[in-house]
Amino acid sequence: MNLNTIEEVRQATAVAGGDVEWRDGDSWLAGGTWLFSEPQPYLRRLLDLRAMGWQPLESSDGGLRVAATCTIAALYAFPGRPDWPASFLIDECCRAFLASFKIWNTATVGGNICMSLPAGPMISLTTALEGVYIIQGLDGAERQMPALDFVTGNHQNVLQPGELLRAIDLPAAALRKRAAFRRMSMTHMGRSTALLIGTVLPQGGAFTLTVSAATPRPVQIVFAEAPDARALRERLNEAIPDDGYFDDVHGAPEYRKHITHYYAEQIRAELAGAPA
Amino acid sequence: MSYHVNGKTFSENPAAGQCLRTFLRELGWFGVKKGCDAGDCGACSVWLDGVPVHSCLIPAYRAEGLQITTIEGLAGENGDLHPMQRQFLDAQGFQCGFCTAGMIMTAASLSAEDIQGDLARHLKGNLCRCTGYHAIEDAIHGVKTVEEDRPGASVGTGVGAPAGPEVVTGKARYTLDTTMEGMLHLKVLRAPHAHAKIVSIDKSAALAVPGVHAVYTWQDVPRKLYTTSIHEDFRVDPNDTYMLDNIVRFVGQRIVAVVAESEAAAEEGCRQVVVEYEVLPAVFDPEEAMRAGAPVVHDTSGDQFIRQPERNILIDIHGGIGDVETGFAAADVIHEATYGTHRGQHAHLETHCSISWVDEDGRLNVRTTSQSPFICRDKLCYLFGLGLQNVRVFCDRVGGGFGGKQEVLTEDLTALAAINTGRPVQWEFTREEQFSASTVRHPMQTTVKLGATRDGTLTAIQMRVVSNTGAYGNHGGETLYHACSESVGLYRCPNKKIDAFAVYTNTLPSGAIRGYGLTQTLYAVECAMDELARALEMDPFDLRQKNVVRPGDPMLSLGEEASDTEIGSYGLDECATQVRDALARGNGVAAPPGGDWLTGQGIAYAMHDAAPPTEHRSEARLRVLEDGAFELAIGTAEFGNGTTTQHVQIAASTLGTVADRVRVVQSDTDKTGFDTGAFASTGTFVASKAVWLAAEALRERILDFAASHTQVGRDMCRLDAAAVICGEVRIPLGDLLQAAETSGHQLALSRRAYGSPRSVAFNVHGFRIAVHRVTGEIIILQSVHAADAGTVINPMQLRGQVEGAVAQGIGWALYERMVIDETGKVVNPQFRNYRIPAYADIPRTEIFFADTHDTIGPLGAKGMGECPINPVAPALANALEDATGIRFHDLPFRPDLIYRPIFEKHGMATA
Repeated sequence: MNLNTIEEVRQATAVAGGDVEWRDGDSWLAGGTWLFSEPQPYLRRLLDLRAMGWQPLESSDGGLRVAATCTIAALYAFPGRPDWPASFLIDECCRAFLASFKIWNTATVGGNICMSLPAGPMISLTTALEGVYIIQGLDGAERQMPALDFVTGNHQNVLQPGELLRAIDLPAAALRKRAAFRRMSMTHMGRSTALLIGTVLPQGGAFTLTVSAATPRPVQIVFAEAPDARALRERLNEAIPDDGYFDDVHGAPEYRKHITHYYAEQIRAELAGAPA
Repeated sequence: MSYHVNGKTFSENPAAGQCLRTFLRELGWFGVKKGCDAGDCGACSVWLDGVPVHSCLIPAYRAEGLQITTIEGLAGENGDLHPMQRQFLDAQGFQCGFCTAGMIMTAASLSAEDIQGDLARHLKGNLCRCTGYHAIEDAIHGVKTVEEDRPGASVGTGVGAPAGPEVVTGKARYTLDTTMEGMLHLKVLRAPHAHAKIVSIDKSAALAVPGVHAVYTWQDVPRKLYTTSIHEDFRVDPNDTYMLDNIVRFVGQRIVAVVAESEAAAEEGCRQVVVEYEVLPAVFDPEEAMRAGAPVVHDTSGDQFIRQPERNILIDIHGGIGDVETGFAAADVIHEATYGTHRGQHAHLETHCSISWVDEDGRLNVRTTSQSPFICRDKLCYLFGLGLQNVRVFCDRVGGGFGGKQEVLTEDLTALAAINTGRPVQWEFTREEQFSASTVRHPMQTTVKLGATRDGTLTAIQMRVVSNTGAYGNHGGETLYHACSESVGLYRCPNKKIDAFAVYTNTLPSGAIRGYGLTQTLYAVECAMDELARALEMDPFDLRQKNVVRPGDPMLSLGEEASDTEIGSYGLDECATQVRDALARGNGVAAPPGGDWLTGQGIAYAMHDAAPPTEHRSEARLRVLEDGAFELAIGTAEFGNGTTTQHVQIAASTLGTVADRVRVVQSDTDKTGFDTGAFASTGTFVASKAVWLAAEALRERILDFAASHTQVGRDMCRLDAAAVICGEVRIPLGDLLQAAETSGHQLALSRRAYGSPRSVAFNVHGFRIAVHRVTGEIIILQSVHAADAGTVINPMQLRGQVEGAVAQGIGWALYERMVIDETGKVVNPQFRNYRIPAYADIPRTEIFFADTHDTIGPLGAKGMGECPINPVAPALANALEDATGIRFHDLPFRPDLIYRPIFEKHGMATA
């Protein structure tokens, strides 16, 4: 929709060096697919990140770097690597979008993360794959943080005014893991009510469960050794109290808890099996 | 900067925050539609350098230098249709056509692999509210369903809609697909409180916003009570509404209207208005609203129509036959339960909108999206004290309605602003306004008590209905009467008792929507009949067959007064047999493997009057044109209901020609005779009847004149495709017209039809479903629908009406849910949060038609616009109980709302 209060769009070619003076009413613009989908009466200026010209995907033996401005379509087209079995999660999480494939042509990975909705599938993906977010301040300084810590609540994150998400590093160590994926939605291909991902080391053992969409922000539980059903259940209950589940039109909290436990156990059982 | 659209280059520049959708429309590419403006519906899909995008989400400046393709640029330069456009024509993959441009732009971008491999995922961003997606799927797969028309044999043939070529090329003009010099834009400030008194309004800052022309408050509008509801007889609704009021009765009520040079300025004006409210206690639940001491929504100073304002009772209805106490005393089994139905939104893709202007003759013109331009005109005349001759209201193509446009929601304010400013004024609802401030289905709580003897004979039916009409009473009374009619009239039983209440609350108003109140109570009755069958250990078909009305039976509910409704044709038995057999045959679709799925099947019956009890009339004007074709002028609007196609088919068949040779002028108070409106399933039963009568009369007149003109015996004269043949002489109709006019004869006439007497239509639906014992997910394995529509005028379109209604029924029963918070605010006024079914959500339904011929309807036909929705929800509820052994009384059956008892009962079963 038209954002009628926008007075100016500025091509942001560099963040560092005082190129941008951040003002009230400013917003970074990546794909724009969320910004242009709701009224934004408080915004006056958009700073277009496309002009940064960041390389969308950089794959190396160390892992995969995803630029914040990488489109969902470009990420979905990433072929994966045979030694990265967990890269199938990229496809699954892209398909977890409520949004059409047409929107993937514009929407960005960083945009989805910075929107910080509970059902943001790029949050699920990058958290489960133990991603590291690279955040830039207006002074050009970078800081890094684990994906898990970025989202702080429904539509809330750690970014300070003017800060932006530059890239996400997905380490090869996580991409080499075996993984299992489960998702629930109230309609076929609808918005996620719960999205759970489990990973284990290739040789088995250490088990990581990431719960998202069911909770306002992602929750991760790490076991040094493969847990049994009861241990998993107990740790889930510790990590997510009954009032810790998200409540909106896409699922009642007690249902999200129910599904979280059901899928968590399915994932545990699936990954407890012998390596494929 | 330059923009390249469909091979043309434009040097205009968009505003900084403008999206590509509105920029393209400003450049004149009206094929780019707004369904949601939020990326959810896909109606605005275009290609950028061949890549499909939702143009409402694209900052316009980013399209600079790219090749932009809209639906208008899809066809070849020589005008040859793109294969996908041709396929959408061949399968008639549209009804109202508002989603079609986006649907075609999306489908045309897909590879064969995309289509064969995962069409559901590729179509999930394109919503269609009309078709139920079957015809769209056919179109994308290249299936041809349109049949060839033959002279005089159009009726019964699946001919395409006259507007089809324009719809698939983006040339069809909907309400706002036009520009006018000097257009102003209107926006309204809406109330943040559910119940409040306005203490003061300061509009000075708003008036100071550059571009703002006028700001209207309750003090600036005619202080006349009226109803937004459209009925021919305005006395069936309470006059409880002011154009703008100083009392707020629901969150979202319009408070102040701002008119400005642009939408942007009007929006800014709304933000600058300062309103001081005195907040009042509010009531949201109708039972609470009826209790003593509840906040009063409309006080006694209002319309005397309101029965008990101090208890918020708009209307109460009490009636019945026999004596239910005697009936229950005679029963071996009694079943009683309360069934709850929720709001549902029409979700027509074209939101409410209108453009008004005063022309050089001083007449008010209103271009609008309405199901009834005539009644809209009458209301505007009343509000502004104008004569009928001073107002013209018309519709071009209407982008869906489903009852939502049986309401005057925008035309009054654009008319006020146009009269006041002397400029054309446009107002377009946002999708958010559509959800939170138009109308919804009346939520009803229906208690049904049934008594039966051991052999299944009903001895008593008792029903209590509480309907929530919301903050205003538009349609509150008529929906309640309808709710109390066919639902109970469907079954023979000597003792019936009904008590029903339509109650005001401080929630958004309920209104007209497909099924019109009956859907809610039929849901209750058909669930109760199923539960009774279980209690009696009878087959649910057998119990119904034992008790349903038979030809010749009166259909009694509220009393035994003489009625103008009768069974003009009876296809209920056949419908029941078709569904029973289809379910018994199965369709080879099994539940997913593993032990996690419970399966069951359910059925429900429905009966629906073929016209409303209120006055309903239509006039068809038919004439021969100079080129020998015919012109049909008729007031009824086309919004995807397909009546235009039926009209031309009926005229063509009667006049011995093909549908193509009948040109239609419609829905314009200046150009056609009066028509009450396209609602209450009257398009076929009333409007088409007028067409049929006119065509019959014109045929006779043509033949009479031809006989006397040629001096050939009348019995030797007949019509063929484009001429009259008198013995050995063949006179083209154009020549005959010339001869007639020369000799002072007219080959033109009109006929009127009335919605009385009325017949009834029947529908039966059956489902076989699987329910997941842990997650509560429901999979529809088989869906079967049988409809008794009398003579089938157009089998392809009739299937489309049934499929669309079934899809809406499934959406209402399984997915859609409007949530209102504790302040009375709609929480989810977006498609992404109020999920109407997408292609992936709707199974193919096997559809059967009863072979009947109605004695009342035109050519034996009766309407099928609404009634197929009625049996869908109860059939699902009954299948759900069959699968789980648990009765769920309240809609919808979303997994998170039903899983708990299912899991408790079956969760520990098999692993």
